[in-house]
Amino acid sequence: MSVPDLFMLGALVLGGAAALLVVTARNVVHAALYLVVALVAVAAAFLWMGAEFLAWAQVLVYVGAVVVLILFGLMLTRAPIGPMAQHNENRKFAVAVSVGLFALLMTLIVTTVGDATLDVTPVRVADLGEVLYVQWAFPFMVLGFLLTVALIGALVLARREEGEGPLPDEGPDDARDERERAPASSDVTSAPGSGDAGQQIGAP
Amino acid sequence: MESILTFDSLLFTVVVKVLVIVAFFLVAALVVGYLEHKVMGHMQDRTGPMEAGLGPVKHGVGQLVADGAKFIQKEDIIPRSADRWVFAIAPGVALVPTLMILVVIPFGPGVWAENLDLGLFFALAASGVTVIGVLMAGWASANKFSLMGAIRDAAQLIAYELPLVLAGAAVALQAGTLSLVEIVERQNELVLFDTIPVWYGVPQVIGFGLFFVAAMAELNRPPFDMPIADSEIIAGHMTEYTGLRYAFFMLSEYAGMVVLSALAVVLFLGGWYPWPGADLPDGAWGAVIGTVTTIAKTVILAMVMTWARATFPRLREDQLQRMAWTILIPLALAQIVVIAIVIVVLP
Repeated sequence: MSVPDLFMLGALVLGGAAALLVVTARNVVHAALYLVVALVAVAAAFLWMGAEFLAWAQVLVYVGAVVVLILFGLMLTRAPIGPMAQHNENRKFAVAVSVGLFALLMTLIVTTVGDATLDVTPVRVADLGEVLYVQWAFPFMVLGFLLTVALIGALVLARREEGEGPLPDEGPDDARDERERAPASSDVTSAPGSGDAGQQIGAP
Repeated sequence: MESILTFDSLLFTVVVKVLVIVAFFLVAALVVGYLEHKVMGHMQDRTGPMEAGLGPVKHGVGQLVADGAKFIQKEDIIPRSADRWVFAIAPGVALVPTLMILVVIPFGPGVWAENLDLGLFFALAASGVTVIGVLMAGWASANKFSLMGAIRDAAQLIAYELPLVLAGAAVALQAGTLSLVEIVERQNELVLFDTIPVWYGVPQVIGFGLFFVAAMAELNRPPFDMPIADSEIIAGHMTEYTGLRYAFFMLSEYAGMVVLSALAVVLFLGGWYPWPGADLPDGAWGAVIGTVTTIAKTVILAMVMTWARATFPRLREDQLQRMAWTILIPLALAQIVVIAIVIVVLP
């Protein structure tokens, strides 16, 4: 086994282990962080196969943007420290599906390209650009158009229609303040002992 | 051209390159940190550090060395409710990407560690990873100020990564290459109207401004330091950190200033050439002059960052986001379109 083979094996073992940890981690933030390791390992595998651009794109898009968005979303909503209770009734089903899918894919790959030897010559960006923007220019543009449509669609879905929900001018903040003030004042009136103090603080 | 750090033995080459990069990383961060203390002091009509010195040289040159020694002695505190592992490795995760970018930055003819075919792409990809360290630190501290700082930082990075990448892409478009070394060389051949040699900073002055502002925002430098705003959330993701781990965060900020300033110099200010269209002598002299030129330009840009810190008040969170999405990103996109059209029309 040569040195590049060893590096490749290391990347695959590391990536596989991290991927397993992603689904078995008891904490959802830990799972997202293991995902970083798995994605970096995949980037390393790309690098060892000569796909330099793909490797850095993997780092830029998946590690630098997708995982950051996942972490951002988790932390904005709910991500306590420590193990979390998991109510997952579909666990057995999920394990069966993923093991089955893995077996199917591996059989397909090994039977079709199992004995092929990979010619590891680094791909130059200029060649990649030539293929993408000249040879496959039309499919590339169609893809770009599709993605733009998807982006605009997401924006339309995320934006509220006019008339739905509170208007920005009417200030939902004021309404919330009203709600928060109401129980406080009723407490003051119902408990006369502490009412004086509360009114003194509230008085200008 | 080969890197001057290339030797016959591959292992020896790798070891020398790693040592040189780490040494430069530490020294550059110390120098820029010291300069910031002094420059900002004088801007505010005070002297900055004066006492700590290295041997006979006073004027506070030893201040940051003393600070470092202090940080090493401090007790390493991990809060009881913190997530120990994530808390412990977060400063390293924030630091390593900055170190990685240094690998591809050329300082002079031959003075670089690696001349990657995709140098610019690599640098921009690595710069986006730092925020994972910040998010880890903020979450694992089990402190709401830390968490808020981390979330603000992530939102800021998502917003300002785009203008940074787009401004870099415009340069790659004009140079016709992603290799930082070739960008410097092509840049020196650029001649406007067949008479005036200029750097990319002139035709792409908007891109230069965008890149510089976005770089400051990525580093949480004031006026973009909402994620670590001391008057609201103490120190953001660094609130619970002490000692060496805290020093790591400071190190990555100052080293980040050096690295992104150097990247701006390479992309927009002619890299190692002292003036547009200059011709450097071959061999050692060229390497020395080139390296000194790059470092001088880098220090000047880093000082501009300090100047901005001493000049502008901190932007509010909504102002930060609005500035990125409604001003910087449309400008960057428009610039790319204009550059692309000009490149196609002018042969």
